[in-house]
Amino acid sequence: MLEVSGLEAGYGSFRALHDVSLTVAAGEAVAVVGPNGAGKTTLMRTVSGLLGRRAGRIVFEGTDLATVPPHRIVELGIAHVPENRRLFPRLTVEENLKMGAFSPAARPHFAERLEWVYSLFPRMRERRAQVAGTMSGGEQQMCAIGRALMSKPKLLLMDEPSAGLAPVIVDQVFDLVRRIRQEGFTVLIVEQNVRQVLELVDRAYVLEVGTIGKSGTAAELKSDPAIREAYLGI
Amino acid sequence: MDIFLLEAVVNGILLGGVLALLALGLNLIFGVIDVVWIAYAELVMCGMYAIYWLYAVHGVPLFLAAPMAIVFVAILGMLVHKLIISPILGSAPINQLLATGGLLFFLQSFATLLFGADFRNIGLRLPIIEIGDLFISFARLMAFSVALLGMVVLWLFLKRTYVGTAIRAIAQDREIMVLMGVDPKRVYLITSALGGGLAGLASALLVLQYDVHPFIGLSFGPITFMICVLGGLGSMIGGFVAAFIMSQIISVGGFYTSIELSYVLAFLLFIVMIFVRPQGLFGVKS
Ligand SMILES: Nc1ncnc2c1ncn2[C@@H]1O[C@H](COP(=O)(O)OP(=O)(O)OP(=O)(O)O)[C@@H](O)[C@H]1O
Ligand SMILES: [Mg+2]
Repeated sequence: MLEVSGLEAGYGSFRALHDVSLTVAAGEAVAVVGPNGAGKTTLMRTVSGLLGRRAGRIVFEGTDLATVPPHRIVELGIAHVPENRRLFPRLTVEENLKMGAFSPAARPHFAERLEWVYSLFPRMRERRAQVAGTMSGGEQQMCAIGRALMSKPKLLLMDEPSAGLAPVIVDQVFDLVRRIRQEGFTVLIVEQNVRQVLELVDRAYVLEVGTIGKSGTAAELKSDPAIREAYLGI
Repeated sequence: MDIFLLEAVVNGILLGGVLALLALGLNLIFGVIDVVWIAYAELVMCGMYAIYWLYAVHGVPLFLAAPMAIVFVAILGMLVHKLIISPILGSAPINQLLATGGLLFFLQSFATLLFGADFRNIGLRLPIIEIGDLFISFARLMAFSVALLGMVVLWLFLKRTYVGTAIRAIAQDREIMVLMGVDPKRVYLITSALGGGLAGLASALLVLQYDVHPFIGLSFGPITFMICVLGGLGSMIGGFVAAFIMSQIISVGGFYTSIELSYVLAFLLFIVMIFVRPQGLFGVKS
């Protein structure tokens, strides 16, 4: 479904990613883990079009994303839950969800998808008229995921959905991600919470300072001595 | 209460409506595109000349000339964005001020070239309404009502439609709009057309009350700018409230002193506010 090959990206003269290759097959859940500053966010931003690529290819269902203007990528079926949620703080929950259905293909389905998102997150229905910036971190994360789901994506990119949340809420967020998987979405997720994320994905890539180091199935990585020491604290 | 004072208060409220409309246009542009259109009131001048030209020179009925002027100024707004703002969007604010400031002089000179420096009047006499002892100009009352109506329609547009919601959202997080499938360039262009359209509407309301001449923009531009800063640049509610504060100072202040002095008073309040509350009444501290 998604094939990234030889990807290079950066900021100014700084090269944040080089020669990054990975694939995600339809129906899979794949994690990208790695230390702070490894370039995980940069990778997600490049896939969703927020950041231009310098070299390499990103192909989604046979379409080279270089040929698509950034604001059209969501129409192809890629939705991105960005790092730090990035809700529109002064819009209500429902208006934030509406923005998630902005693309022409999504608009006719707004009402039915809103109903669906509210059934996934009943808390959002209660908060529908609340200004998003005044909600708790966990609620904001639900809203950010809901906003991405409003475009009914084929591939959902999630950048550290559990970051900055209290431990109980972190568990809830992982439950949410598990449910989204069960709904049949293909997921590419970045997490610092390596132990928990490996419980829920099929495969994972380890990104070390700008390039892919190890990769493998979740089970392989969980039993890898180096990974256990660096990320699982065992 | 003194009937003349009451009249001054009423006139202040009526004036506030049109000023609020102008402030809304300027705030909309600033909030979304992060640029101050220094030449905003000169767009109003263009609209007034358009109506003068259509109605007084070519005999197009007013109810047609007014919408035509609104569309004309909306297109001007888009041209301002495409030709002047868009190429320098990323550059320093001072360059943007200089560019739209340059447009101000350009439009003034161009109007002088086309129409000369004479004061032109569309020659329409509207009645004065008497309510008890109170005399109210029908033109002002209409300007106020239509301005309010225009603001309600804009508010509904911003609140109800996808594009309207995107216009409010883009000021809160510019970068992320692309993830929503929004092309920021298109939102900027639509906002510029809306800002122009509001100036066009204001021009249709003002041409009923004032003569048009190449420097008419100077009567409204500075006060509109002060209103926006007083309310908090980019805050539409702030601009609305500040418009009525300023219009009362001008109208009631003018009643007690003179109209010239009342503008001095308004300016003094503006200066004091800049020191006391630089972010404006409803502005968020940056
Ligand atoms: N806007 C930017 N301008 C310049 N450099 C940046 C920018 N954003 C990120 N970087 C740099 O790029 C590198 C990769 O950053 P990135 O945010 O992709 O890392 P990350 O793996 O997501 O880190 P974290 O785990 O902290 O979220 C870092 O060295 C960072 O300092
Ligand atoms: Mg990151």
